[in-house]
Amino acid sequence: MTSATSRSSEHLEQPMRQPVAHQPNVIEIQHLKKAFGTHEVLKDISLEVAQGETLAVLGRSGVGKSVLIKCIVALLEPDNGTILLFGKDTSKVSTKELAAMRRRIGFLFQGGALYDSMSVRDNLAFPLRSLQEKPSPEEQDDLINTALRDVGLSEAIGKMPSELSGGMRKRVGLARTLIQKPEIMLYDEPTTGLDPITSREISGLLLGVQERYKTSSIIITHDIECANIAADRIALMNDGYVVAGGTYEELERSDDEWVGSFFAWHADRTGAPAEAQTKESTR
Amino acid sequence: MKSKTDSLEQPPRHLFPVVESFLADSALLALFAVRFVRTVFQPPYEFREFLKQSYLIGNKSLALVGITGFIIGLVLTIQSRPTLAQFGAESWLPAMVAVSIVREIGPIITAVICAGKVGSGIGAELSSMRVTEQIDAMQVSGTDPFKYIVITRVLAAVLMIPVLTIFSDAFALYGSYLGVNLRGDVSFTLFFSQALTKLTFMDVFPAFIKTFFFGFAIGLIGCYKGYNANTGTEGVGRAANSAVVAASLAVFILDMIAVQITSIFM
Repeated sequence: MTSATSRSSEHLEQPMRQPVAHQPNVIEIQHLKKAFGTHEVLKDISLEVAQGETLAVLGRSGVGKSVLIKCIVALLEPDNGTILLFGKDTSKVSTKELAAMRRRIGFLFQGGALYDSMSVRDNLAFPLRSLQEKPSPEEQDDLINTALRDVGLSEAIGKMPSELSGGMRKRVGLARTLIQKPEIMLYDEPTTGLDPITSREISGLLLGVQERYKTSSIIITHDIECANIAADRIALMNDGYVVAGGTYEELERSDDEWVGSFFAWHADRTGAPAEAQTKESTR
Repeated sequence: MKSKTDSLEQPPRHLFPVVESFLADSALLALFAVRFVRTVFQPPYEFREFLKQSYLIGNKSLALVGITGFIIGLVLTIQSRPTLAQFGAESWLPAMVAVSIVREIGPIITAVICAGKVGSGIGAELSSMRVTEQIDAMQVSGTDPFKYIVITRVLAAVLMIPVLTIFSDAFALYGSYLGVNLRGDVSFTLFFSQALTKLTFMDVFPAFIKTFFFGFAIGLIGCYKGYNANTGTEGVGRAANSAVVAASLAVFILDMIAVQITSIFM
């Protein structure tokens, strides 16, 4: 059996997750609130992510997970609360500072968000134009080739986004964010809409990215297996609040009825606990 | 149960929802235009994207504008000939057609065609980019999408609508020349000397200037509708459709204002 993680290891090394030693927080969210009209999506969210740590935010569809990471990069303006990135309050920085801050963050959108009118190569070259020290054409080619090789898609360099499958679009989207060498990676539903094998490949890829690029990450997902493979810690969201947090193992053993039902649903659906499956696939 | 008096004292909040929506949309469009003016002179300048958009707008609309202009010139000539012949003023046909085309028909036909083709194209493209999060991706990567997408497209429309109008006028005059020769024998040189010598500065200049405003309105409205589209595939269709309607209406309103201003100086 060719496992997801072993296939991905052709491109990026698949390390075992190591516990994150005490590091300063690169993301701190305090009492975040966001409503759309009368509908309160985020009621009181507080989270932090340490340097080098990967946090998975799990929850049912429509619970506000994507709203949360869009608030982090200031694509949405929170109604209340504080978001500190690299120790700076995003609501108090100038537009220029915010742009500079965003260049240190990579964001993988749900559908990849590739620019339709550009080839894969031009998609990857696009973020480089906003760098203060623009690379030479040779350096640019090198960066593009390396980023594509890291996601295992070197052959797609001349293709248009419409010629790529869903999984390939996500990989190219990931390569486009990695080319800026981000310090923080935000993944919005990286495995949604993919078949189980490709989902595992992507999950393994996220883990490889974290190790190789030393990024701190937030993964927004409702895929428990992805969270188990790629995350150090999990936060469970429900009804606008973070209702539980901890490692996968801690949450799996939780006495909380809602948390238990969330994990039980996954086990019922797949026939085995996610951890067991992951171990099987990595063997 | 509420009495009749009570309902009169407290009228429904949304008494005229269409008017309210129109006014709110106009206010937001004005704010969008203010943002454009404030941003357009700030570096960085996206010169390559501006050239690309200019090429796309000009190249994609040239054939349609040319064919339409040619037909309008031909038809106008054929339709006008009997009336002028009744007054024995058939020799004025080239001049009359030239003045009509250069002053009004050329600019307005070009602008309405471009409102449909360019305005809807920009509206659909930008709304699609909004729906698929491409605009958000651009913003997160550190590029200002307003500068890269909106400024370049509006400026390209401002540049290319006047150029397309010149082409449209030229094709219309050529169509008129063929129309005159359907029932006569007028040389190319004689036709154009009769047509162009009757054109004054006040025929050409105001007509040319207003095409820049047409271009601005078409580009700005297309971008506004697309940039602020609702998410979902429905939003794409709605943005493209409303861009055409609003841009066409704006072109006619601007034309009316331009005529009033020009008449002051004539």
